[in-house]
Amino acid sequence: MKPSAYRYARPSSVAEAVRLLADSDGGGKVMAGGQSLGPMLNLRLAQPELVVDITGIGELASVREDKDGIVYGACVTHAAVEDNRVPDAANGFLARVAAGIAYRAVRNRGTMGGSLAHADPSADWMTTLTAVDAEMLIAGATGERRVALAEFMTAPFSVALDEAEFIVGIRIRRHSPAARFGYFKFCRKRGEFAEAMAAIVVDPAAGVSRAVIGATDSRPIVLPDISAYLPLSPERLEAAKAMVEGLGIAGEPIKDAMHANAFARALQQVKP
Amino acid sequence: MAAGEQKAGKGIGVRLPRKEDERFMRGRGSYVGDIKMPGLTDVAFLRSPLAHGRIVSVTAPDELAGRFFTAADIAASVKPIRAVSGLPGFKPSSQPALADGKVRFTGELVAMCLGRTRAEAEDAVAQVVAEIEPLPPLADFAVAEQPDAICVHEEWSDNIYLETRIEKGDRSRIDGAAIEVEREIRLSRQCMVPLEGKGTIAWWDTRLDQLVVYTSTQLPHMMRTGLAECLGLEERQVHVVAPDVGGGFGFKCVLQPEELCVAWLALTRKKPFRWIEDRREHLVAAANTREHHYRIKAFADAEGRLLGIEADVAVDVGAYSVWPFSACLESAQIASILPGPYQMPFYACRTRSVATNKPPFMPYRGVARTGVCFALELMIDAIARQAGLEPADVRLKNLVLPEQMPFTNITGKLFDSGDYPESVRRAVETIDLASFRARQREGSDDGRLLGIGFATYCEQAAHGTTVYAAWGIPMVPGFEQATARVTPDGGLELRIGVHSHGQGMETSMAQVANQVLGIDTDRINVVHGDTALTPYSTGTWGSRSMVMAGGAVSRACEIIRERALAIGAHLLQTGKDEVELVGGRIQGQGGSVGFADIAQAWYKSPETLPADVAPEGLEVTAGYKPMVDSGTFSYATHAAVVAVDPDFGSVEILDYVVVEDGGTLVNPLIVDGQIIGGVAQGIGTALYEESPYSADGQPLASTFVDYIIPGPCEVPDIRIVHMETPSPFTAHGIKGVGEGGAIAPPAAIANAVNDALRPLGAEVAMTPVTPHRLLAAIAAGRNGRQPVQS
Ligand SMILES: Cc1cc2nc3c(=O)[nH]c(=O)nc-3n(C[C@H](O)[C@H](O)[C@H](O)COP(=O)(O)OP(=O)(O)OC[C@H]3O[C@@H](n4cnc5c(N)ncnc54)[C@H](O)[C@@H]3O)c2cc1C
Repeated sequence: MKPSAYRYARPSSVAEAVRLLADSDGGGKVMAGGQSLGPMLNLRLAQPELVVDITGIGELASVREDKDGIVYGACVTHAAVEDNRVPDAANGFLARVAAGIAYRAVRNRGTMGGSLAHADPSADWMTTLTAVDAEMLIAGATGERRVALAEFMTAPFSVALDEAEFIVGIRIRRHSPAARFGYFKFCRKRGEFAEAMAAIVVDPAAGVSRAVIGATDSRPIVLPDISAYLPLSPERLEAAKAMVEGLGIAGEPIKDAMHANAFARALQQVKP
Repeated sequence: MAAGEQKAGKGIGVRLPRKEDERFMRGRGSYVGDIKMPGLTDVAFLRSPLAHGRIVSVTAPDELAGRFFTAADIAASVKPIRAVSGLPGFKPSSQPALADGKVRFTGELVAMCLGRTRAEAEDAVAQVVAEIEPLPPLADFAVAEQPDAICVHEEWSDNIYLETRIEKGDRSRIDGAAIEVEREIRLSRQCMVPLEGKGTIAWWDTRLDQLVVYTSTQLPHMMRTGLAECLGLEERQVHVVAPDVGGGFGFKCVLQPEELCVAWLALTRKKPFRWIEDRREHLVAAANTREHHYRIKAFADAEGRLLGIEADVAVDVGAYSVWPFSACLESAQIASILPGPYQMPFYACRTRSVATNKPPFMPYRGVARTGVCFALELMIDAIARQAGLEPADVRLKNLVLPEQMPFTNITGKLFDSGDYPESVRRAVETIDLASFRARQREGSDDGRLLGIGFATYCEQAAHGTTVYAAWGIPMVPGFEQATARVTPDGGLELRIGVHSHGQGMETSMAQVANQVLGIDTDRINVVHGDTALTPYSTGTWGSRSMVMAGGAVSRACEIIRERALAIGAHLLQTGKDEVELVGGRIQGQGGSVGFADIAQAWYKSPETLPADVAPEGLEVTAGYKPMVDSGTFSYATHAAVVAVDPDFGSVEILDYVVVEDGGTLVNPLIVDGQIIGGVAQGIGTALYEESPYSADGQPLASTFVDYIIPGPCEVPDIRIVHMETPSPFTAHGIKGVGEGGAIAPPAAIANAVNDALRPLGAEVAMTPVTPHRLLAAIAAGRNGRQPVQS
């Protein structure tokens, strides 16, 4: 379980990183926190010719605020969000999500960009940032482009990036003070990837009432309008569960019921 | 002593902090992987991608010449591992160091490659091409038992290493029993996952004409024998050292083919070679254990008094019989210990050790007892439910009573001492059963179901010659020896043949010596783990070290004491009968001398000693065997309170109590640590750990992503209550306790889960109790079916 040999580069600018990737002819691989890439290298699931460590690019670890949103540098760590070392565009929701990712040692290094690029269906950011409708800022040979996170993940562990592209930032709309959030995940063990998860964002000022079901076998499932279940009543709760079970996400009753129950728990957190 | 009272001094019974923690807690331990040598070559293995197949060819590009080896290179000079059992009907297996002709499990060694680094060796492995013709894989014992199944070992007629039958007592007693319960109970295959995996470094010492093998083992002397036998060396030519070892749990009791390969390289190339097991190798190809399958019936009268047990047990032993414990240690134990700590008039058991295309089954902390306790204790609760009784009361009705001790049970086990029912009563009291039942009736406010579970066991430990001779394995333990040497400055060196890898023996052995000699434990060194430095021993296993090596240390120190008294008396110019040893000093009428004075006289100024002084001096090797060598019986009752979330099938342990009696505790602090560690592993068995295999014999948990072990959040505070009934048969009344913690948790936790599930008419009977299994049980309960265990 040792990686095959690779070259290592630690560029200090986005442009240099793009150039290194473009020149590597598909043999380059971006490394951020290394928390997922490290094991993949060791297991030789990834055998890049060149590793481009982007943590030397100062701007990627910082945060930029604009009129109605916040752009998080791709290398902002889970721990930085957890500790409120960066502003929280979702009124504390992001910090709460971050605090539940893995273990502190992993959070110290793991990054938002790395997690989204890795696109594990059970990862926390993929589901929760889809719920807040985050936008990906992507740098490449032809400049920067933007894509909605909901469109970014194409399949488990696959995202819409070409070989010389990488994520530079994640933009999240600033939520109104009245916004409400619900998030529930079920893990077999504290810190392990989830078996079932659901995130809910209700922001009346922005006309948002969205839920996302994660930890599926593939892309997160977006339920664009769940206002029919709110405010919650016992009947609506049952109806909500039945609706999710009816989606047959896993195609297996026990797992489908878990998804429904996770959704119900998240709904119960959304205060009227 | 009253509860909570601290014993003074540094002798037996003192909660002395561990001497070894200074290095371990600061990351200064010295493990195989820490050893650096010039010219060290790394070894990596190509492992079989198939569970069962015939090897057509194994080839590598020419550039790997000299760095690539297969069975063709080594089979002529390395004998296969053959662990034979003397039990009648046993079929031995031959495990080649590198697969020869056939592969019998996914992960079996097919070829090895060398590199200056492990990565380079793995690069070479990636270039090797193995053409293997697939054979039908036997991924489950039930498939392997089919009459038309292909044989794992083609020279056999079926896939059964050994079948045993035992029937004791009066069968007519179960006729018309008021209560008859039958269950299918399973323990999944799992791994042992010590912090440190296996690792081996070997080189040739030209000066001493010896193969030197540093290996992560619990039994260096046995490894010396095993390596010498397989490599065709004389034992004088093999020197085995077990440096710091980061947990063994039984895995490191076994001679591994990787050890043979590395040793062969060193022997033939006269240079240093190393292999360090990585976690994937460990999870996929090593340390497999626990997989028992029971069909079991229990019979009781209407009051819940046991009338008999009838069981049919299969152990899925995998592809090979491990050396030295063999493929049948587990099943032989099951048959003899299934009646547990209970009295019953009838008992019958059939066992089969079944060969499958999975890694060899190894003994794991608790050995057969964890499975037996799980099966039996689930049955006790099933009886209680049927009888409408408190499960704890059913235990009290059936346990062997203190006034019956020493007691010979239905399979001839001699229980040495103790008050088994008292352990149940104290567990009931400590966990507060009555309040719990009230709380359970009220129900929880978060929708979770509450349950309580108990499990009682007794644990034969430090089993000696007679027991192992009856099990017929290649290694029968006899006497244990220890060397004690007073150093010229009055300190003490102890040399023991057992190995300490987490048990704190560098401290507890020193405490035994302190008890006898009064020398401060800070001035006592315990040397272990080196065949050149320590007396021969079968090593650390079976919770035997404290009883056996502790007994030997005690004997050696008693002899030292007599000799020191003689010299001390002379120095004090008085008779030997006029002096005594108090607080580490020889006291006479006119004054006292310490060990430094005695050592000074003995080693440096012998001219001051009388002419007739015993020439053996201040260095002694003494042997020890308990008065009765059939083993000590520790026992315990574990009690668990759990909350089950019926939405997700999760189990939270809210409270966990252990009431245990390990005889005289040499160091209760260390014993607590052993119990907590064991319970943590037991929680792993109960709820998390599983090495599943696909139908074609592929391991489905090859990293910690899929193989889940409990972490700090999953292991609650464990409340320990000690009882101390000394064994009448051993030095200081010590009993073996190292394994106990890992025996009862699966049973106690599953019983608690079943107590919680009772309103739903659901029951679990398989480890680990995963969310999926639990939810499937609930669904089956809803449909009024018995759950299917899978
Ligand atoms: C024990 C453990 C438990 C974990 N548990 C959880 C959990 O409960 N929930 C959870 O969500 N996650 C969990 N993780 C994953 C963790 O959050 C990782 O940090 C994260 O998935 C990857 O982030 P990273 O910065 O380490 O990325 P890296 O490991 O450096 O990279 C991961 C992948 O993303 C690519 N990549 C990285 N950054 C970029 C970028 N800016 N642009 C394009 N591609 C990029 C890499 O090329 C690689 O393919 C766990 C990890 C571990 C080791």
